[in-house]
Amino acid sequence: MIANYGYKDGSGEYYISIDTDKCTSCTAGRACLTACPKEMFEIITDDYDDEVAAVKQSFRRTLAFDCTGCKPAGGYTSLPCSTACTPGAIKHSW
Amino acid sequence: MITAGIDMGSRTVKVVFLEELKVDGAPQLRWGVKGKHIMFPEDLDPDQAADKAFEDALKGAGISRDQITRVVSTGSGRKQVKFANADITEVGAGARGAVFMCPTAKTVVDVGAEEGRGVKANAEGKVVDFAGNEKCAAGAGAFAESMSRALQLSLKDFGEASLRSDKTIPMNAQCTVFAESEVVSLIHSATPKEDIAKAVLDAVASRVCAMVRRVGIEDDVILIGGMVHNPGFVQSLKGALGVDKVHLPDMPEYISALGAALIAADGDA
Repeated sequence: MIANYGYKDGSGEYYISIDTDKCTSCTAGRACLTACPKEMFEIITDDYDDEVAAVKQSFRRTLAFDCTGCKPAGGYTSLPCSTACTPGAIKHSW
Repeated sequence: MITAGIDMGSRTVKVVFLEELKVDGAPQLRWGVKGKHIMFPEDLDPDQAADKAFEDALKGAGISRDQITRVVSTGSGRKQVKFANADITEVGAGARGAVFMCPTAKTVVDVGAEEGRGVKANAEGKVVDFAGNEKCAAGAGAFAESMSRALQLSLKDFGEASLRSDKTIPMNAQCTVFAESEVVSLIHSATPKEDIAKAVLDAVASRVCAMVRRVGIEDDVILIGGMVHNPGFVQSLKGALGVDKVHLPDMPEYISALGAALIAADGDA
């Protein structure tokens, strides 16, 4: 399942997509949990009883601001979350 | 076996009972909508609302709590249904119920009071891809309701008025609050109400469509949730999605509760 967390507002579309099929057999040791400086990710049990990564509820409305520090403007050339997730489950829409 | 699905939405509680029957030796599912919409009165907390809706539904169906083998809750208030055996997200429940109602459906568009979302489902009714809007109410029923109040029209008249317009007036505001000020400006410039109604519903459809496009539009498309009752919105959504046909199930606001009841019957959740 592809889970898109985020929103679209007047300034753009801000979604973090998680391919949860890649989470169920995570080979990265759930590195997303520690890779994000804001600890935005958590492991949840989804509707199909799989343990998968998700963006915490409290961050889902503020991604544009919360992720700014990890974008090129913050001095990063690649996103820590996407880089840490070696199976390639995490993608940003912007 | 009778199972129950209870959908605690932001504005209403919906209850569906599902009974498995043997018809000519073959199992067949029969579902009945026995729960009435309960608007949340200010003095009624969600916990009480769930109890009241469920009790009313049991009375309406003429069955007792003991006959219910399993209850699964869904909706934004699903965790507040204390008597539920399990809960499931509104995304999963909506997809399951929608595919049950329309087995050929691959794209489920769910527009309720609080939130709109696009879901891609497989033939078993499992979610393959979904996108919602966690921030903005402009792609949901509450927005249309608020704008109908600004136009001093009932929701029913609002939807029907929109069908009488062939004008396209873009609404630029993404936010409900700012959109209302755009509506007021249109009223002041003597724009006919039907044109404003269409502009509002086109805007809601456009926001919903953006979410559906994230998951991809694949035939067949089914629309569930309370906004199905708004013919103007259905028309606007068809235009925004660029599809000729959108399946509209009976009792669309109960489909997520039906999905929860089906999942209760499966024993999955």
